[in-house]
Amino acid sequence: MLEIKNLHVKLEEEDKAILKGVDLTVGAGSVHAIMGPNGSGKSTLSYVLAGREGYEVTEGSATLEGTDLLALEPEERAAAGLFLAFQYPVEIPGVGNMTFLRTAVNSQRKARGEAEMSAAEFLKVVREKAKALNIDAEMLKRPVNVGFSGGEKKRNEILQMAMLEPRMCILDETDSGLDVDAMRLVADGVNALRDAGRAFLVITHYQRLLDHIRPDVVHIMADGRIVKTGGPELALLVEEQGYADILAEVA
Amino acid sequence: MAAPQTKADPNAARLAAIRLPEGGVWASEARSAALGRLTAMGLPRRRDEYWRWTDAAALNAAEAAPAATFDPRERPPFDSVDRLKVVFVDGVFDPAASDDLSGAGIEIGRLAEAGERDIHWARHLYGRLEAAGQTPVARPFAALNTATATDGVLIRATGTAARPVALIYLRRSETSDAVLHHVVRVEPGASVTVLESGPAAARLNKVMEVDVAEGGAFHHVRVQGRDHERRAVTHLFARVGKAATFKSFTLTKNGRLTRNEAVIDIAGDGAVAHIAGACVGDGDFHHDDTVFVTHGAVGCESRQVFKKVLRAGATGVFQGKILVKPGAQQTDGYQLSQSLLLDEASQFLAKPELEIYADDVKCSHGSTSGAIDETALFYLRSRGVPAAEATDLLVLAFLAEALDEVEDEALRDEIRGRLDGWLARHRK
Ligand SMILES: Nc1ncnc2c1ncn2[C@@H]1O[C@H](COP(=O)(O)OP(=O)(O)OP(=O)(O)O)[C@@H](O)[C@H]1O
Ligand SMILES: [Mg+2]
Repeated sequence: MLEIKNLHVKLEEEDKAILKGVDLTVGAGSVHAIMGPNGSGKSTLSYVLAGREGYEVTEGSATLEGTDLLALEPEERAAAGLFLAFQYPVEIPGVGNMTFLRTAVNSQRKARGEAEMSAAEFLKVVREKAKALNIDAEMLKRPVNVGFSGGEKKRNEILQMAMLEPRMCILDETDSGLDVDAMRLVADGVNALRDAGRAFLVITHYQRLLDHIRPDVVHIMADGRIVKTGGPELALLVEEQGYADILAEVA
Repeated sequence: MAAPQTKADPNAARLAAIRLPEGGVWASEARSAALGRLTAMGLPRRRDEYWRWTDAAALNAAEAAPAATFDPRERPPFDSVDRLKVVFVDGVFDPAASDDLSGAGIEIGRLAEAGERDIHWARHLYGRLEAAGQTPVARPFAALNTATATDGVLIRATGTAARPVALIYLRRSETSDAVLHHVVRVEPGASVTVLESGPAAARLNKVMEVDVAEGGAFHHVRVQGRDHERRAVTHLFARVGKAATFKSFTLTKNGRLTRNEAVIDIAGDGAVAHIAGACVGDGDFHHDDTVFVTHGAVGCESRQVFKKVLRAGATGVFQGKILVKPGAQQTDGYQLSQSLLLDEASQFLAKPELEIYADDVKCSHGSTSGAIDETALFYLRSRGVPAAEATDLLVLAFLAEALDEVEDEALRDEIRGRLDGWLARHRK
């Protein structure tokens, strides 16, 4: 599904390397988790994959089902099936959440040469999925993320994911700021989407989310590289011991 | 031997050449008085405080510069709205293209005819609000208008007008120089909506005087467009009476030069006056909103919301003032002027002013100028919305607060449709 090879990234504006050779392969149907200290480059990796400006790839490649992601515009990456749940979802005053969702769904359909979703069908689907995430009608009417609480923003990200049905889902700290119940809702939302044709890359600091979304593989990222890869037990180890021992061991 | 020339007023020749139209008693009195005002104040010059950012030369010139006509190839504005049509072609009333000038709750007459009649309700209004609006800031083109206008309508709402009055300004000539003067009187408790649309002339000078009596309501929605080379200076003078409502919204697209002045006198307790504008400009486009709101009564609300989207070297100007007179307590005044610059070649010049002589007053103003929010743009694109559409969404979001000032949903949809069209035509 997603194949990242020796990816090196620096900031466009200054000579600062952030990713220093990331290798990562996520197969269809699997769930991978990335953990790692603050500032190790996890969000940067997700932004570079999604196509945010401000970064320069100096070496390496990233492909989604064989397609060179790095050559595509952000909207083309989305239409190709990539989705990033933002660590900090963006507020857009003046753009209604519903308008936003519908424009997104239909833009992707159009890009793929599929028929647009009718207003009635869209409404039905969005209501159903919003309900499962405990997002009420009033939140759907409001401008995108404006005045949403931290947890509401994160649930709104998962609603977008559920509507867009991407094949490669990257979740950047979707669990941070969630209360216990909301964490459950988000995990249920993710689990509902799990299937053989879809893959997840879950960035998190905590074991708790991984209790609900059981990852197949856990990676540790430090200083712009994946330094250790293991099974779910690696996340437990981080939770118990922190990063010091793991990093010392690989240094 | 000829006397040495001293620094002559470059506009003196234009002023000297003004000939007042023939007309009836009260109209000619009003015209002479206006010419007197104009002669005393002179035409605008760069050094005038409110003409620093807008070049009046093309408006001061003796003749209108030729401006190519333009076929927009689109449904005319407000086409979907049931309305009473009053059509002007190059500034001249066209009875054949207009509807019958009568309707429930409303009386409409032509300035050209009413001026002849000695007893007419408009004689106490024509040029009066304009004259009152000349202090503290002179508005020479409005005086010029009162002095020389020969056409326009006199609208009197006596009840709830059954349908909006739509003033439609068509344009056929490349050199037309139109002067239109309308007067609107809303009787106590009455209400009317006035719509305006169309390019009007190569050069247009238009004045609308609006007197809203106690408990009356006046709604105004205007679409200025779309001929690229036309120039216009317009004035809206309003007096808002006790518990009366005045709401005006203008959408401007294209046009080489547009100067829209609004002078609003909030004269009765508990009155409400809103004035809003959205403009979208591209390239050779200069748009100027100059607004002066005076609070002279207790417990009144005023709102100014002006938004400008500028690209490819377009210029936007906003000069807006809220003046709260002594004794105008419990005033609630709001002023917002913002521009969205779609590139670095465009510019926004703003002069927001507050002058307050009462103590129990809530007034706020804000003026900003900025570019498209790149983070929001990326967020939209990351969801699959192509860059051009995402930009349009953000432009519409930026304009939303101004558009929200159009209360009527059908009219707001009309405005939205116009904007969508403009955005689609201007996609990169
Ligand atoms: N646009 C930028 N300008 C300056 N520094 C940046 C920028 N983007 C990332 N960085 C730096 O790159 C490093 C990696 O940041 P990144 O956000 O990817 O870390 P992270 O692993 O997601 O951290 P956290 O766990 O705190 O979310 C940090 O040192 C950060 O300050
Ligand atoms: Mg991060």
